[in-house]
Amino acid sequence: MTERLSNREGIKGMVNPTRYGLERVAYWMQRLSGLGLLAYLIGHIYETSTILNGKGAWNNMLSLTQTPGGHIVLVLVIGMCVFHTGNGIRLMISEGGKGVGKPGQPEYPYRASSLNSKQRLCIWVSIALAALAMMYGAGVLLGD
Amino acid sequence: MATVEISKEQKPEPAKAPVQSTPKTITLRISRFNPSENTEKKFEEFKIPVQKWTTILEAILYVKQNLDHSIAVRYSCRQASCGSCGMKINGKPRLACYTKISELESNVITIEPMNNFPILRDLAVDFKQLFSTHKKMKPFIVNEESEVQSSTKEFIQTPKDLEKFLQFSYCIKCGLCNSACPTMATDKSFVGPQGLAQAYRYTADNRDQGKKDRLKIVDQSHGIWRCHFAGSCSNVCPKGVDPAMAIQLLRGYLLGFRK
Ligand code: HEM
Ligand code: SF4
Ligand code: FES
Repeated sequence: MTERLSNREGIKGMVNPTRYGLERVAYWMQRLSGLGLLAYLIGHIYETSTILNGKGAWNNMLSLTQTPGGHIVLVLVIGMCVFHTGNGIRLMISEGGKGVGKPGQPEYPYRASSLNSKQRLCIWVSIALAALAMMYGAGVLLGD
Repeated sequence: MATVEISKEQKPEPAKAPVQSTPKTITLRISRFNPSENTEKKFEEFKIPVQKWTTILEAILYVKQNLDHSIAVRYSCRQASCGSCGMKINGKPRLACYTKISELESNVITIEPMNNFPILRDLAVDFKQLFSTHKKMKPFIVNEESEVQSSTKEFIQTPKDLEKFLQFSYCIKCGLCNSACPTMATDKSFVGPQGLAQAYRYTADNRDQGKKDRLKIVDQSHGIWRCHFAGSCSNVCPKGVDPAMAIQLLRGYLLGFRK
């Protein structure tokens, strides 16, 4: 069946974090930060490997990365790293079946107990820690 | 005969004049698409009068009765029990019969067929995949002994045993969860939250002995590990099934955190 007939939402729907609450936003941020960190890791390996080509090449690279632009990227990496780790720990615990609530008799208006306040708190704490770490990082890297 | 005390709050109030509701006019934008005509999907707009209590399904039926009878829509029970009337209403999958227009707080309401299901026509979608996946989960009690054989006793089940699976047995197979799921949006072979929740429903039943089989069925490349706990399934489920919880609990068995 063609994709048009199958009416699948596709990547556009997958990355749309606006409709299903904070947990869907966290899903999207985990994915984005994971990919961002992967991109950074690859870039970082490339960056540091220039040292194999001698001092000149290394200094050349530093003149590219030790710049305000490079430092803004690093601040973003700090944020992604902290959020991804914090939220990643929440996911590892929850995806093992812990902290997702207990089955019971559903009562109207049927709030899902897996989307509980502890889960949301963990997401907010991960965001807050990431923001704090970014502020500290920005102070060190971009401050005078 | 026992008498029942009625508390103060519950005492019926003296009869008042019937509640007055002034109808207001809203615009329904209904997605039209007929695969056999091979034309593009398009929206048609209908201005209709609604009351405070009018549901989306009633509004669609009003359009069918008065303005355009050709709109294809599936429904049956009109009371959130049959699971037929799932559709995308203002961008989110919901049951048409269970969604009041007033709760959407909008004068323009966009109604589309549910995503991640093939469109049959207009708002009616094809449930073949959902039903066949549901069947693959062995949605029945697997047990060598049977209550119906005369020599065996009934299976004892305490209220506590019942609570372990009761909420998951309320699934009406409406497919809203599969439509909201971000994995389902891109992976056409994914089992999906509906099927995974049902695998858990029977596995958690103390009369059942089919756990090993079902774990094997969900433990495959397009199975349970594709869930990333985005929780969108549980966000839209109209029956409080909470498929996201069922999936994580089921995964707990596979990871050895639960017995
Ligand atoms: C202590 C550090 C880390 C923890 C606790 C962690 C945890 C996790 C978890 C639990 C997931 C799966 C989330 C899900 O079910 O959707 C995940 C996904 C991912 N992680 Fe990490 N991670 C860490 C560090 C990293 C690093 C350093 C990188 C990159 C080099 C990375 C890249 C990724 C990628 C690409 C994904 C896939 C994202 C997706 O499919 O949505 N992670 N991480
Ligand atoms: S789990 Fe909920 S949303 Fe999914 S099919 Fe069952 S009743 Fe519908
Ligand atoms: S018509 Fe049966 S669930 Fe809506």
